[in-house]
Amino acid sequence: MEIQETTPISISVANRRLVKRLLLITVAMFGFGFAMVPIYDVLCAITGLNGKTGGRVAAVESSAVDEARTITVEFIASLNVGAPWEFTPQVNRMQVHPGQYYQTHYLARNLTGHALVGQAIPSVAPGLAAQHFQKIECFCFTRQIFQPEEGREMPVVFRIDPNLPPDVHTVTLSYTFFRVDDAGG
Amino acid sequence: MSTAAAPALDDHDHDHHAGPSPGLIRWLVTTNHKDIGTLYLLFSLTMFFVGGAMALVIRAELFQPGLQIVNPHFFNQMTTLHALVMIFGAVMPAFVGLANWLLPMMIGAPDMALPRMNNWSFWIMPFAFTLLLSTLFQAGGGPAGGWTLYPPLALQTGNAFPFVILAIHMMGISSIMGAINVIATILNLRAPGMTLMKMPLFVWTWLITAFLLIAVMPVLAGSVTMLLTDKYFGTSFFNAGGGGDPVMFQHIFWFFGHPEVYIMILPAFGVVSQIIPTFARKPLFGYASMVYATSSIAFLSFIVWGHHMFTVGMPLAGELFYMYATMLIAVPTGVKVFNWVSTMWRGAMTFETPMLFAIAFVILFTIGGFSGLMLAIAPADFQYQDTYFVVAHFHYVLVPGAVFSIMAAVYYWLPKWTGHMYNERLGKIHFWLSVVGVNVLFFPQHFLGLAGMPRRIPDYALQFTEFNMISTVGAFLFGFSQLLFLYNVVQTIRGGAKATDQVWEGAHGLEWTLPSPPPYHTFTTAPEVK
Repeated sequence: MEIQETTPISISVANRRLVKRLLLITVAMFGFGFAMVPIYDVLCAITGLNGKTGGRVAAVESSAVDEARTITVEFIASLNVGAPWEFTPQVNRMQVHPGQYYQTHYLARNLTGHALVGQAIPSVAPGLAAQHFQKIECFCFTRQIFQPEEGREMPVVFRIDPNLPPDVHTVTLSYTFFRVDDAGG
Repeated sequence: MSTAAAPALDDHDHDHHAGPSPGLIRWLVTTNHKDIGTLYLLFSLTMFFVGGAMALVIRAELFQPGLQIVNPHFFNQMTTLHALVMIFGAVMPAFVGLANWLLPMMIGAPDMALPRMNNWSFWIMPFAFTLLLSTLFQAGGGPAGGWTLYPPLALQTGNAFPFVILAIHMMGISSIMGAINVIATILNLRAPGMTLMKMPLFVWTWLITAFLLIAVMPVLAGSVTMLLTDKYFGTSFFNAGGGGDPVMFQHIFWFFGHPEVYIMILPAFGVVSQIIPTFARKPLFGYASMVYATSSIAFLSFIVWGHHMFTVGMPLAGELFYMYATMLIAVPTGVKVFNWVSTMWRGAMTFETPMLFAIAFVILFTIGGFSGLMLAIAPADFQYQDTYFVVAHFHYVLVPGAVFSIMAAVYYWLPKWTGHMYNERLGKIHFWLSVVGVNVLFFPQHFLGLAGMPRRIPDYALQFTEFNMISTVGAFLFGFSQLLFLYNVVQTIRGGAKATDQVWEGAHGLEWTLPSPPPYHTFTTAPEVK
């Protein structure tokens, strides 16, 4: 009898080695699923693809106001499920010139008899306009505490960067109000 | 020279050369690839009827506008569970069952490489589906937010939620173990002389499918784990209020979801590539190009997930990339269809039931492929998104695609497995009723979608009535025809005309050199492949 090419020992060793490698791929891919979370955030922060303006003050260099160009800015307010506020923009739309500062308000009123903590999350459409929408002051930068039945105006100071792509004529700023105290989950 | 390869598995199973354990305990403790293949196939058949019953509830409700039979919440549970049951319970286990029965016999191996894990990966499945289906009987009902589990809607699921997530985890573990087993079997247990490029195409397509499975099932497990922690442990992966983003779920889900559709169709390609040469009595045209085409499809499947999300808001560059990458898949798929047609060209064809199903697969899958190309056109997709056009598309590739190939495979190999010929007349009647039923069922849905009928709704505007009625009639015709299939399979298992070893005149391959039915242990001595 000739020498075997594949002995029983070598097959079980080969199986074990292969299974180890395949399990390693499995674990790595499980990790990759989670790695997509920071990758997604970084990609969106760099490219501004998903309309996130970031909850922070924009660092703004002063530049000339472009009087020749008029952009329509629309304001939208929505409430997350189970957020017991009344929440509306003071005006629905404004005509603005790039480079100029503007101020507007959102109105919010606590509809319950106890104190609430809320957080507004901004989003800008079209997505690529997000990085050109610069907020100097915004109630979305911090958590908002409301006393029972309290209603108040919350200011937004913003400006449109003159570098806004020329094909954009309308920019929509949308806020969704989330309840972030413990009871809101 | 290879006689001593036989005890390869003895260190796993000391009564390897004994027959099966007596009684029902056999099925619980078996490590035999044929037994486990049978278990998978019977489980899949059961789930096919469970998921089919859900589909008939959906179609019955949609027979007329307005609400007649079920309430909207239950309707939504039916659409969600129909998808989960059919994908994870019917189609995927059927292909794993075929792999178990056929891979060792096709490559000349005595069994799967890891027989005990094989037993485990099957026996997880009944528990997973008990968890999933038990949600129907819980207060608040089962999951109703669609099988894609998009947050925040899916997070509003009640007590059923953790059951669904854990069921998906278990299905994932089962699939991954099955895939590891397939890869180990194919890479380590081939008979001497069975080089990679001599393997039957069903083996090739399963090898590639198995790699897809271990690459993407863990990603699905990760994404549903994030849903679970978002709901119960206060994380904010997909909660915008906490700094997360619900759109990110769609990216992670479809990174799994698109390769998943190829997991369900590549083994079907393999089955059809075995059957058509047999009944055309010609070798498969373009074997090597089939292997490369399958690999190309598998590779491309990883970079096209964005086409499921054209309307969520994506920059133009992204839409263009996903559009062109998706259309690129039509090239290797076209190569495959061309090869199947060329195999039949001037062949001495006969039209037994497996061949009828295989030919119907080629034609109807191609229709599904073309509607897929239409959906890939980003600007057109804005009209088609979430309409019945999408439903028609993916049912064309999954029902007369994947499901027909499974039925073709069962008719083709059943005489080998049982030693009996099935009833050919009944098989042909089953085929014609199915092929008519499936087209009456799904073809009108194209028109419904183009006219604007949204998917996943229990009620619709009056102008959609006629096409919905036609579709429902087709659904019941198709659904009840499957009872003929069940009857034919059961009768063949119980008895019937004796099948020869080769079964089909034009059949080639190692499995046809074995007796019909094959003994409990086959190829304990590896055959030699020229």
